[in-house]
Amino acid sequence: VTIHLSILLFFPLALATLGGLAPRAVAPLMLLVGSLVSLAYAVLMLFDFQTGSDRLQYVTDDKWIPDLGVRYILGVDGLNLWLIALTTLLFSASALWIVLRPPDDRVKLYAFYMGLAETAVLGAFMAQDLILFVLFFDLMLVPFYFLVGQWGGPDRVAATFKLVVYTLVGSLLMLAAAVATGITANDGESFSIERLAGGTLSESAQRWLFVAFALAFLIKMPAFPFHGWMPDAYRNMPLPVLAVFSAVLSKVAAYGFLRIVLPIFPDATQDFQTLMLLIALASILYASAQAFTQTNARLILGYSSVAQLGFITLGIFALGEAAGAQGALLQMVNHGLVVAPLFFIIALLQERTGSEDIREMSGVAFRAPVLSSLFLIVALATLAMPGSANFAGEFLILLGLFNTKLVIAIIAFTGVALASVYMLRMFIRAVHNRVGPGVKSFDLNVRDGLVLVPLVLVILAFAVYPQQALNSSEASVERVVAAPAGGEAVAQNGVTP
Amino acid sequence: VSAVLFAADVKGPAIDWMAISPLVALVGGACLVLMAGLVRAPFVRHTVVPLLALAALGTAAGLSIATWGDNVSVISGAMRMDDLTLFLTLVFVAAAAGAVLLSWRAIAPREAGHGEYYTLLLTVVLGMIVLAGATNLVTVFIGYELLSIPLYVLCATEMRRERSLESGLKYLIIGSVGSATLLYGLAFVYGATGETSFTGVAAGVEDMSGDVLLLTGLAFVVAGLAFKASVAPFHQWTPDVYEGAPTPITAFMAVATKAAALGVIIRFFDVAVIGASTTWAPALATLAAITIVVGNVGAIGQSSLKRLLAYSGVAQAGYMLAGVVVTTQLGVRAVVFYLAIYLLMNMAAFAVVVARERETGLGDDISSLYGLGADRPLLAWPMTIAMLSLAGFPATAGFFGKVYLIGAAVNNGYTWLGVGIVIGSAISLAYYLRVVSAVWMRAPDERAAGVVPAGPPRPAIAGGSTEADSDPDAVAASARVAAGGGRRLIQPEVIGLGVVCAAASVFFGVYPSPLLDLAQDAGAALTNLF
Repeated sequence: VTIHLSILLFFPLALATLGGLAPRAVAPLMLLVGSLVSLAYAVLMLFDFQTGSDRLQYVTDDKWIPDLGVRYILGVDGLNLWLIALTTLLFSASALWIVLRPPDDRVKLYAFYMGLAETAVLGAFMAQDLILFVLFFDLMLVPFYFLVGQWGGPDRVAATFKLVVYTLVGSLLMLAAAVATGITANDGESFSIERLAGGTLSESAQRWLFVAFALAFLIKMPAFPFHGWMPDAYRNMPLPVLAVFSAVLSKVAAYGFLRIVLPIFPDATQDFQTLMLLIALASILYASAQAFTQTNARLILGYSSVAQLGFITLGIFALGEAAGAQGALLQMVNHGLVVAPLFFIIALLQERTGSEDIREMSGVAFRAPVLSSLFLIVALATLAMPGSANFAGEFLILLGLFNTKLVIAIIAFTGVALASVYMLRMFIRAVHNRVGPGVKSFDLNVRDGLVLVPLVLVILAFAVYPQQALNSSEASVERVVAAPAGGEAVAQNGVTP
Repeated sequence: VSAVLFAADVKGPAIDWMAISPLVALVGGACLVLMAGLVRAPFVRHTVVPLLALAALGTAAGLSIATWGDNVSVISGAMRMDDLTLFLTLVFVAAAAGAVLLSWRAIAPREAGHGEYYTLLLTVVLGMIVLAGATNLVTVFIGYELLSIPLYVLCATEMRRERSLESGLKYLIIGSVGSATLLYGLAFVYGATGETSFTGVAAGVEDMSGDVLLLTGLAFVVAGLAFKASVAPFHQWTPDVYEGAPTPITAFMAVATKAAALGVIIRFFDVAVIGASTTWAPALATLAAITIVVGNVGAIGQSSLKRLLAYSGVAQAGYMLAGVVVTTQLGVRAVVFYLAIYLLMNMAAFAVVVARERETGLGDDISSLYGLGADRPLLAWPMTIAMLSLAGFPATAGFFGKVYLIGAAVNNGYTWLGVGIVIGSAISLAYYLRVVSAVWMRAPDERAAGVVPAGPPRPAIAGGSTEADSDPDAVAASARVAAGGGRRLIQPEVIGLGVVCAAASVFFGVYPSPLLDLAQDAGAALTNLF
């Protein structure tokens, strides 16, 4: 099958733009169609993908700005295949949610921004040219800025300000570093990530470039000392937006480490390995502690995401062992799959209890057994119950880490335990206990089930077959992880074009 | 080309009329506009005069395109009409055309008698071209004055408004200091090298980079040109003058004056005194860094949009100066590319400012933008795109402008300046996004109680044009301004300008190649650089 990545990439934006010109009622439907077409394309790609190859597939490589050496290169390999599928799935779910529960005002703009967001995220995942990647990475911010600023909670203006300043400070430094990378490596002839991965940069140049990229990614994730924007943004973002934001955008940052940092700055990656592991560890511990003291359900999930991203970073920087990075990649997909439905569930609980504070929720379980069961499944997956794909992911991450950094792995283990504490606390407070005074419990209706049930089914399916994702990503992950280790793994596996 | 060959056996300067045809078109146009302005019929004054001005500008642009690639030296080496000059000419002409459109229904031309207003505008453009093309110290000064003097007058054309007069006077005084400094510096350079032509100066500079006379001269020249380009610490006049001048003139100054000053800075430093680059490059780099910081920090907290854009322009001048410092063709290309997109973003922003000034009576206060996003997409989007582009967001032209400048800086060992541009852009988010959030995230009723609609324009000097008093439009406008309500006016040329410039910003943000190709030619015109 010939798969044109440009179609997959721009379909959501194109249809959302058309939706902006269409009548009000049609706009969300156009958004949904755009997302579903991309989803269908992505699923097709999952089946068509040639497992076992570490090369880019379905490559689109066109001249774009020859004067700057910037090309329009898109490609898919084991690193981004599943993340693209995840993105299209979750944006489709959000689009469906918006169709069923459109916002009160300016629906067309809302739909347009969601389409723009999907295209930007997909672009960041598919871009194989450094400048193109930076362009999409920064572009992701624009729709979310407007979505929070126009449809967000009461503190929305302050929230957008923090969100944009934090993330753009990181991304702008990354922009300078990206330009410098191309110019230092080959005089600005080419910014192709594949070509830059040769490792022609001196170690000192690699170091500051690494710092600039790592800072951008750590802020976007967010990781522990750089998470200042997160609480306000999470508190004020509309929930269907937050679902994709939390599930997908943080993954772009983690993916950036695998796609760009490890292959292009292998020496610096080695140098900074310990520092990165410590930041990841600090994220896990700090965020877990926050997650079981917060009472706002959004923030509990926000901090749990920070902790999860900490695990993912640990896996990536385990280096040496492909298991760690493979676990990280699997965990990226897993976390995306669980966190999006959790935010939809919060929206439904908020509807029943009138609050997003878990102290004021309670007792929903008695009258809403289906909703509560779905919540339970997702919560158990989130805390990495054995049998879930999240368990497999965390297991691989820790396995990779045990072989390289034993002490850090042991401390990270406590993070797994902490996760069960905060997720169970949230679940019990939210749906069990006595029925509170303001709580109206009624069960999931078909409309909301349409969004939630498919997502939970995907989680279950993925729990049974995580091997699918592992198989198709194996070759690419090994190539990436081999770079900082001096290319030995490549030789062992005999991977050739 | 033929003119150069003939020059050997003909006495007196041979004039290559084709090469200087854009200048001729502007001179002719200026005379025609002035004459037409004398006709009493309102139709001629209100419609024919600006149309004639547009026609003159269009002709100049067309002739620039026709002579593209000729790269000739004209009038005995007084100036070069090469692709760099022509590129900048197109920028000046476009900015002036934008100013004509913004002035169409403005008070300023009415008070200044239409003909004079547009004639002065065309003369400024003429001066700018002379300045940008100058390859002789004397031509530099002629161009500088030809551009400055009409601008002083234009700033004061709203003669019933105190601030406009104040702005003109301020500009006159500070501008004259700048001129004097420049002239002084040019004299020193001449004294040190014994030559006025840039080639002669370049040859003289080769073996005297430590010469005190030359260094003094260079310092004065830097200061004189820095006044015009609003490079810190010579930028203090900028916010005051920009705020007081009629908004269409502010829009024109913000873009074209900066482009002209940077044009002459490029040619003077990267051609005439390139031999002494080890002495001036660090100084200019420092100035660029200071300018970036001062401009960006100064813009934070401004509630007047014109002041905000003035400070933003200071910061942008700093970014562009970085492209001059690196002394490469890549740097020149990056600067002229940035100038072209700077034109688009600023024109889009000023078009919205003009439109809202007329509609709300809040002047250029940021609160005049509140609630635009809800019901005025044709004003909200251009403003938004302009701000995002100025901040360097991707998918707008500003993104590639920054990429290009950073690339040029890094390429020649000025990585720290590249990082400086980035840090400046990060600071700039604080104020650009404030404007965007005013457009989309505020409701009109959120206006602070302190902002009261300005009253009707007060007569500042006796004996001004009587036309404004008798004009029913103006009276109606005053009444509306006094009421402070925001009413939709019919001003398609203003809105259209904003929309077109914003659309172009997005287009070049996605596909910058056509503009980059032109910039490439402009950079290649400086053959002494690599």
